[in-house]
Amino acid sequence: MLLEIEDLNVHYGRIQALHGISLTVDEGEIVALIGANGAGKSTTMRAISGLRRASAGRILFGGDDITRMRADRRVVAGISQAPEGRGIFPGMTVLENLTMGAYTRKDKAAVAADQQRVFELFPRLAERRKQPGGTLSGGEQQMLAIGRALMSRPKLMLLDEPSMGLAPMLIRQIFDIILEIREQGTTILLVEQNAQQALSRADRAYVLETGAITRSGSGSDLLVDPAVRDAYLGVA
Amino acid sequence: MTLTDKLRTAGQKIRTADEKRASFIQGARGRWHDLPKAWRIAAALAGVVVLFALPNLYIPGIPFRTDEVDGGNSFGFVLSTIAIYVLVAIGLNVVIGMAGLLDLGYIGFYAVGAYSVALFGSPQSIVATKFPWLICVPIAIALAMVSGVILGTPTLRLRGDYLAIVTLGFGEIVRLIAVNAEFTNGTSGLGGMPTPPGTWPAGTELEGTKLFSVNDSRPFYWLTLVLIFAVIFGVKQLERSRVGRSWLALREDEDAASLMGVATFQFKLWAFAIGAGIGGLSGAMFASRNGHFGSNSITLLLSIMFVAAVVLGGQGNILGVTVGTVLAFYLPERFRSFADKRDLIFGLALILIMVLRPQGLLPSRRRARELADRRQEAKEATIVG
Amino acid sequence: MDFFQGMADNFSNLWTIIGDLTVTGLTQGAIYALIALGYTLVYGVLQLINFAHSEVFLVGAFGSVMVWGWLGYSSGAAAVPPLLVVIGMLLLGAVTASIFSGGTALIIERVAYRPLRRKNAPRLIFLITAIGASVAISEIVGLLVDRKVVSTPALVHQKFQVWFDPSDIGLNINSFGITNLQIGIVLCAIGMWLALDLFLNRTKFGLGIRSVAQDEDTAALMGVNKDRVIMLTFLLGGLAAGVAAVLYNLKFPQITFDMGFLLGIKAFTAAVLGGIGNLRGALVGGLVLGLVENWGAGFFGNDWMNVTAFVVLVVVLMFRPTGILGDSLGKARA
Repeated sequence: MLLEIEDLNVHYGRIQALHGISLTVDEGEIVALIGANGAGKSTTMRAISGLRRASAGRILFGGDDITRMRADRRVVAGISQAPEGRGIFPGMTVLENLTMGAYTRKDKAAVAADQQRVFELFPRLAERRKQPGGTLSGGEQQMLAIGRALMSRPKLMLLDEPSMGLAPMLIRQIFDIILEIREQGTTILLVEQNAQQALSRADRAYVLETGAITRSGSGSDLLVDPAVRDAYLGVA
Repeated sequence: MTLTDKLRTAGQKIRTADEKRASFIQGARGRWHDLPKAWRIAAALAGVVVLFALPNLYIPGIPFRTDEVDGGNSFGFVLSTIAIYVLVAIGLNVVIGMAGLLDLGYIGFYAVGAYSVALFGSPQSIVATKFPWLICVPIAIALAMVSGVILGTPTLRLRGDYLAIVTLGFGEIVRLIAVNAEFTNGTSGLGGMPTPPGTWPAGTELEGTKLFSVNDSRPFYWLTLVLIFAVIFGVKQLERSRVGRSWLALREDEDAASLMGVATFQFKLWAFAIGAGIGGLSGAMFASRNGHFGSNSITLLLSIMFVAAVVLGGQGNILGVTVGTVLAFYLPERFRSFADKRDLIFGLALILIMVLRPQGLLPSRRRARELADRRQEAKEATIVG
Repeated sequence: MDFFQGMADNFSNLWTIIGDLTVTGLTQGAIYALIALGYTLVYGVLQLINFAHSEVFLVGAFGSVMVWGWLGYSSGAAAVPPLLVVIGMLLLGAVTASIFSGGTALIIERVAYRPLRRKNAPRLIFLITAIGASVAISEIVGLLVDRKVVSTPALVHQKFQVWFDPSDIGLNINSFGITNLQIGIVLCAIGMWLALDLFLNRTKFGLGIRSVAQDEDTAALMGVNKDRVIMLTFLLGGLAAGVAAVLYNLKFPQITFDMGFLLGIKAFTAAVLGGIGNLRGALVGGLVLGLVENWGAGFFGNDWMNVTAFVVLVVVLMFRPTGILGDSLGKARA
């Protein structure tokens, strides 16, 4: 198992956001986490990347306990995240944002090659490499966030709502690229409100409701699960 | 054991001692409220009597009086100074503790009050109206309030730490005007201040002579005590009023308060003006106690010391700010051998206490809760070290 | 009419000596600018007014005078030493002052700020510990020098490099000169700004600082260690203050343990004036403040020089809190 979460609890003040979540992600998988607004999807992501502390439970990465590891060390360990809201540095150019993604790496030549690879994946970014991140469109920012997350050569990439606010055509494009990234050897855990896209592309998925996992299974199984269809796919 | 380990154990010890002290205070609060009402009133009265008797009090074996120390100042003088500074702290607490506005130049208002008395009461001033004390003091309060409004109107829209620096600038401007302008007579200052009316009653040693004079500061101490109680009463009423509740809302979340229809600017200005008025009153008391006021009496360090004393004692809680002020100004007078190191000790104590207890020594309960929430929030949010 | 006559007299007085005032103003302004860089850097990253930064400067000033004294170059020395020695002493002074100032800045961060950051304490509390640190440091220096005025060695032979006589071109302005030291000080300030600007924009550490300034959480997701970035920021501010301290020692004959406060407030004014959080703003703000202050002194008289500076501070904060250039180290903040 690349990532194992056991009985994870997270609190915000007196409010408990996650109630004992357990999930696993195997190497090479695309795993989706779906659920409504406020179900705890982003909190789960923040706990995995270390931006939010676990009040109980364990997070294992590649067999090592990382529950109390600082966020910046987790990047070195091999976890990267394209965060909710994309987290583009507005005052930095596209190129600088990508350089930030490789902040922990010292192999300059390989970093330059990876940068090239990101530009091949997202030609739009290459055109705008000198432009400040704050001036990009929503779709471009999403591409930049994903490209930047790739730059640390992660073993596991966390994608928080990659389709948020994008046009349907762009959403398909982004998911195509996610598949391509997996083909190149990166494991992916993604959070989505767009359950249709997420379930049809993911190997496995978990359904999160008010801070607890209520269902899990292969993407295709969940797609035809009547309860899931009712709640998340907007079809009767 | 390495040095870091030693430091860590030392820090741990201090922390445990501090927690014990805090729980003791908590317990004392509870026990106080459990006492029957009659007992509480009796104890409070006894406390007031002790406060008034303090300048004449000797306890063999406990040399708490400053004149029992080598080169110490007269105890009456020290007590009156401290009482005046407590008045300052109570006024500053309205601005900082209640309304949450950090004013580092509060001494400016104090100076306005002092110079008002000098200007309208002293025969040496260029105005030379020679008003009696009872007229000078209301003028001092009024002018201080006006200067509070003048300073507050343009600056109260600024964010907290910017406000702190602007007020610091204001305090320094007032000081420099006092140093350089003609009407203040610079460092030489103005003398011959008016004093409150009254003579020593029959049967006392000084029967028939003026009660308030530079020769004996005790009457000034007593008068200031009365003023302190009056001001505390007024401030408590204010705290319970609509104004006080608006200050609370404003301090906790200004944006939310303003969305809920609190006229934030207007209430901030009120806090500033009321605080300034109390500052002006304290300055007036100080000038008439000394009989003389010059620009040497205004230093920004003093201004900052006031703020530090308020925060140290526990902003928002009148007992806390009083204790903070008394400690900050009594200890150096009592332990004069440390006098040249007093600012150093003060600075270090400030860091230590704020790091251990950001809420101050005797915080208001609400403040303590706010800070505990923030600390909890920080614990949950990030993984450190 | 007396009032207007007086104003006109003041103005003509100002005008005749404006050459000298301008040169002095720019020189002093350059020193303000160097100190202001520290305020601006820390503010840009933490949105914190490092009130104790004035003492970072102070420790550098005393540290370098102390080391010069050990090597026999105290104020008593009769003659200016040979050029090579002067250059050596200046470099040594700069290194010493930077070590002292940088070290002080790091200690302040570690002792007075980091524990509060861990507790997510309100801004006010940071200001109070900063005041505590400021008082404590200047008192320690005061105790070490018995609260006496310390004279600085005359290391640089100040001579006029350029001399202007505006009456040559028909202006009613007194002739004035610019000394080698004055040119050096202004160049140093500009050089320091350029170096910091390059560091922030061209190096990986600089990128790390900018990332924390713009978005702490995302910076952590990139693998940036926030504590290390904050230490680096304080260190850089300390280095600039160290350079300022050496230049101050060369320009002024005496230093005192309590000089930090006033200089600190002025440098902070300079930072706000230029736009806090913005390096170029610190430079521009410093120079402008130096000029305004000296012109103000020429107009109202020397006694009012500091009043001018504070009035500038109050007026700027009231009417344009973002300063002349706005802030740019982080994202634009309202």
